[in-house]
Amino acid sequence: MMEARINVPAKAARNEPFEVRLQIRHAMETGYRTDDTGKAIPRNVVRNVTCRYNGDVVFAAQLSSGIAANPYLRFFVTARSSGELVFEWVDDAGVRVTERAPVIVA
Amino acid sequence: MLRSLALVAACVAAIAAHGQQRPIATDALRSGLAYVGADVRAMQADDLANPGFLWVQRGEALFTENCASCHRDAASMRGVAARYPAYDASSSSVLDIEARIDQCRTQRQRKPAFGRESDDLLALATFVTHQSRGMPINVSIDGPARESFARGEAFYRQRHGQMNLACTNCHDQNYGKRLYTETMSQGHGSAFPAYRLEWQALGSLQRRLRACLFGVRAEMPRPGAPELTDVELYLAWRANGLPVESPGVRR
Repeated sequence: MMEARINVPAKAARNEPFEVRLQIRHAMETGYRTDDTGKAIPRNVVRNVTCRYNGDVVFAAQLSSGIAANPYLRFFVTARSSGELVFEWVDDAGVRVTERAPVIVA
Repeated sequence: MLRSLALVAACVAAIAAHGQQRPIATDALRSGLAYVGADVRAMQADDLANPGFLWVQRGEALFTENCASCHRDAASMRGVAARYPAYDASSSSVLDIEARIDQCRTQRQRKPAFGRESDDLLALATFVTHQSRGMPINVSIDGPARESFARGEAFYRQRHGQMNLACTNCHDQNYGKRLYTETMSQGHGSAFPAYRLEWQALGSLQRRLRACLFGVRAEMPRPGAPELTDVELYLAWRANGLPVESPGVRR
C-alpha cells in the first residue's frame, strides 16, 4: 500500500509563494540487498514525482535508489487563482498513485 | 556513623515508599532524545517531517475501520498506552500494547491476528500510543504483574551473548558516554513505536530490544516472546514519569 502525507496551507495569498510538503510511504528498495535465501531483492523505488497546479507542471523530481525510504519533498508554489494541486508518482513496480489537494487563494 | 545511619534509613524509607528502588532517580531521567544529534531531534520535533506519522495516519484509518464501533473515538485512547505493559486477567499474563490490540482482535472480534511487526499492528499501536503523547509513563508493577517485572529485571541485569554484556552495563552505568560514534542512552522505551533511521521504517520496542541483543551477539528471543514483554515492563517502570513520545525518531 502506497500512502502519502500532503501538507498545503488552508489558504494561500495571491502571487505569494507557499510551501508544499509531500511524504510518500515507500520502502525505496535499492536492488542491492538480498533476502534470507541470498536471492537479490529487485529494485523498487519511486521514479518520477510530478505536481501539477490547474494542469501546469509546477514541480517534478526524478528519484533514484540513493534516496532514503519514505521520500520527503518540500517545495514552493505560487498561485494566481484558486485551484487544485495534483500529485502523481510511479514506482518501478508500475504502481501509479494520484493524490489531490485543494488550494484556496484569498 | 550517625550520618551514614541516617542515609541508610532514608534509603530504606525510599525503597519502602516505592516498593522498589529506581536505578535512575526521577529527576535524572533523560529521554533517548537527549543523546541523539540535532538533525534527529529536528526530525522528531516537526510532525510534518517525522516519517512515523505515516504509520499514525494509517493507524487512524485502521482504528476507524476496526475499533471505533466499540472504542468510539481516538480521545478514548488517551492515556491508555502510558499504562502498558499491563497485567491482563483473562490471559493471566502481562501484555504490551501490541499484544493487547491483537488479543482484542482475535478474542473479541474473532478475526485473524495482525501478527507481530506487521505493518498494520505497528500502525495501530503507534496510533494508540500517540494518543498518550506528552503524558508520563505510569505502569503498575503491583499484584500479579510483579512476577513478570522481577523476571524482566533479572534479564536486564543478566549478562548476555558473546560480548558478555548486561543491559545495565551500558544503560545504567555508562549512559552519556561514547560507544564509537554512538552516545549511549539511558535505554528508555518512551519513543516507541519509533521510526529508526537504521531500519528505514517504524518498529516496535521489541524489535529494538532484539537489535540490542543482536548487537551483543546474544540469542534473540522471537518477536512476542514472554521474556521480551518482561523486559518491556521493567523498562517502562524504570522510565515511569518520562513523557510518551511516540512516534519518536531515533538513529
